[in-house]
Amino acid sequence: MKPVVSDSANPFSTTGRSRAGEPWVWLAAAGLALGVVMAVGLFLLILVKGSASFWPGRIELLEIRNGESVEKVAGFITRESERKDQDGKLHEEIQVFQGNKDLIGEAFRYVDRALIVKSSRPESLVRVERMEHGPAILKLVAVETPEGRVDAGEAGFDAALEAMEQQSAAMRARVMRIERKQIGAVSRKMQVLEGGGRSGSIGEAERDERRAELQQEFEALKSEAQKIDAELAKSRLTGTTVDGREMVISGDKLVGVFESNKAGFGRRLGEMFHRMWCFLKDDPREANTEGGVFPAIFGTVVMTLVMSLFVTPLGVIAAIYLREYARQGMLVRIVRICVNNLAGVPSIVFGVFGLAFFVYYVGGNIDRWFFADKLPTPTYGTPGILWASLTLAILTLPVVIVATEEALSAVPRGVREAALACGASKWQAIQRVVLPASLPGILTGVILAMARGAGEVAPLMLVGVVKLAPSLPIDDIAPFIHPERKFMHLGFHIYDLGFQSPDAEAAIPMVYATALLLILVVVTLNLAAILIRNRLKKRFAVSSF
Amino acid sequence: MTDVVPTSEPESRPDFIKVDNFSFYYGRKQALFDIDMDIPEHEVTALIGPSGCGKSTLLRNMNRMNDLIDGVRHEGDIRLNGTSLYDPDVEVISLRKRVGMVFQKYNPFAKSIYENVVFSLRVAGRSNKAELDETVERSLTAAALWDEVKDRLHDSAFGLSGGQQQRLCIARAIANQPEILLMDEPCAALDPLATLKIEELILTLAKSFTIVIVTHNMEQATRCSHRTAFLYMGKLVEFDETRKLFDAPEKPETEAYISGRFS
Repeated sequence: MKPVVSDSANPFSTTGRSRAGEPWVWLAAAGLALGVVMAVGLFLLILVKGSASFWPGRIELLEIRNGESVEKVAGFITRESERKDQDGKLHEEIQVFQGNKDLIGEAFRYVDRALIVKSSRPESLVRVERMEHGPAILKLVAVETPEGRVDAGEAGFDAALEAMEQQSAAMRARVMRIERKQIGAVSRKMQVLEGGGRSGSIGEAERDERRAELQQEFEALKSEAQKIDAELAKSRLTGTTVDGREMVISGDKLVGVFESNKAGFGRRLGEMFHRMWCFLKDDPREANTEGGVFPAIFGTVVMTLVMSLFVTPLGVIAAIYLREYARQGMLVRIVRICVNNLAGVPSIVFGVFGLAFFVYYVGGNIDRWFFADKLPTPTYGTPGILWASLTLAILTLPVVIVATEEALSAVPRGVREAALACGASKWQAIQRVVLPASLPGILTGVILAMARGAGEVAPLMLVGVVKLAPSLPIDDIAPFIHPERKFMHLGFHIYDLGFQSPDAEAAIPMVYATALLLILVVVTLNLAAILIRNRLKKRFAVSSF
Repeated sequence: MTDVVPTSEPESRPDFIKVDNFSFYYGRKQALFDIDMDIPEHEVTALIGPSGCGKSTLLRNMNRMNDLIDGVRHEGDIRLNGTSLYDPDVEVISLRKRVGMVFQKYNPFAKSIYENVVFSLRVAGRSNKAELDETVERSLTAAALWDEVKDRLHDSAFGLSGGQQQRLCIARAIANQPEILLMDEPCAALDPLATLKIEELILTLAKSFTIVIVTHNMEQATRCSHRTAFLYMGKLVEFDETRKLFDAPEKPETEAYISGRFS
């Protein structure tokens, strides 16, 4: 007796049930599921870690056995891990962020759980945010202002502390304004004066006179800034660390105080939003590991938008010629293959090209023709946001060209013929009928290009991104737009925080937060473009045929 | 004038469109063989024949739409009112302004109804508001669409039904007052009711335009054409008054085709 084997027993046989391709459907579904899980997982990880870095934790006071004596350590527990020592014994270890870097030296400390005698969360410990050396963890003692001294625990201490915080913030903003704008304006005038003098448009004597005037103005501003700083330094916040050392924080260094252990859920939530807001709006401090990332957000957005401004017209015009005008022959096929291959060139190659062509060649020539009096200091012959945008525009050009070509060829022939039959010339038909009909498709290409451009880092490192550039490429100082300036970029910021920062451990939360922000910026830019596209789609929807 | 059975207008020129020994090639393949026909003014001339017989090719040569295809070639001549289409002095664009065209599948532009109608004026560089408004009303009225769309002229053309879209295309084709209107199976994509409306429209339009229409539907040819040409395998088999051609065809192929005994 021969056993009867159904044809469909083998799931990949070409007969029976599986001929319908069911195994392949499952395979395809599994592939998609894997992709979705990975994408969502990545996003969730960044979302959770990024948001968590803003949540104000509790300060733990640990008493640790250290030989005979007992040592006190206070800080935020940032990580718990296990470590095997040489004998193969397992140690539970916790990582404590203890702040007070100026006193202790190391912000982090690793503590063996077995050595902890006692742990508590005293309400008197607070976290003090400072301009320098990162946060401090203290027990507050007193606020001293020119009006007098208020000890902790006395009535009016909280009010005095708050007044001091506010005064510090206001004064710092004033100093910033003086330094950035007024002193900047004076030094620019000085530059112009020197340039004009060299080209001989004004006399030597007059120049000296004006230079002296500017110098005086400069000194006056500088002393004003110093006066404010000195004024601020008169108020001081004193406190003691858990190991009994005294710390004095002068008014010009104080950012804010948060009572981590006293605060309830509501205040902690408020503090979290406050920290997020500061992260968005502030300039970076302390080698980028503290403060905010506003210049990086601004740089990323401006660079991406400028890039789209360059790449869209260029790509669309190139695609129109390729698809509509060029004779479809061998040459056009080769050009098309080249364009497609351009999309596969490693981005760092574009960076090298941008550096050589835009920065050194184009920028160098611009300097020679228009800014000769400033040489050898380069104006455009140095990496800057304009060159970065142009480099990325070339990098993303293939995306736009391919998408535009697809969109153009998707316009039904009937519509083209109708336009021509109405007496339109070829260009009129393209401009008035074909282009509007393919606009949604073109915008899809621009969206893809923006997404790619906003996330690119490698080429930017060669053509304009720097670690710290507090002066923005667009500001309220004439001529308002400064395309030659270097800029900050979120992608590079992540790299810089994670791998170049002096205290990589302290920067980890910032890395997650910045990554989250970069994703949000890219998503926002894309959403904006998608919204525009959908509006256009409604207006220019093409009939099915 | 309003006779259901059409008759030629007395002042019409009998050879308004003169197809003179015309042959046409797509690359090496010959699509039309020595076509000779005189199409009179202000009449509806129907081109019938089986698929691939060359009737659309002939029609699309009358406004040189076939120029868009690579590797085409022609012999002989087509003359509009005495001027050759292929005269080197004739600009294709100005030629197409004299010859409007309506396609098989309605193809309005992704614009408002108003902008669709005035498209041919816009590309001719005319932008006088009063003139445009007047053209829109006149063309849409002539295309029997005015009453249906006059309140939503600035809505998208895609909001219209299929029959309305096709009438909009007719309005667009006649907006710049061409002399000739070419129609390539204008009812192929429409339901019977919409077809009926378009057929009525064709007869009305014949008073102002010379119309050449390609159709697969022989009833349609009998209903709304004055003359009918039967093409077969790229050759003109018979060309006569519609009634005569359908009632008493001279050639056996014609009879076979119109009686449906044709493979």
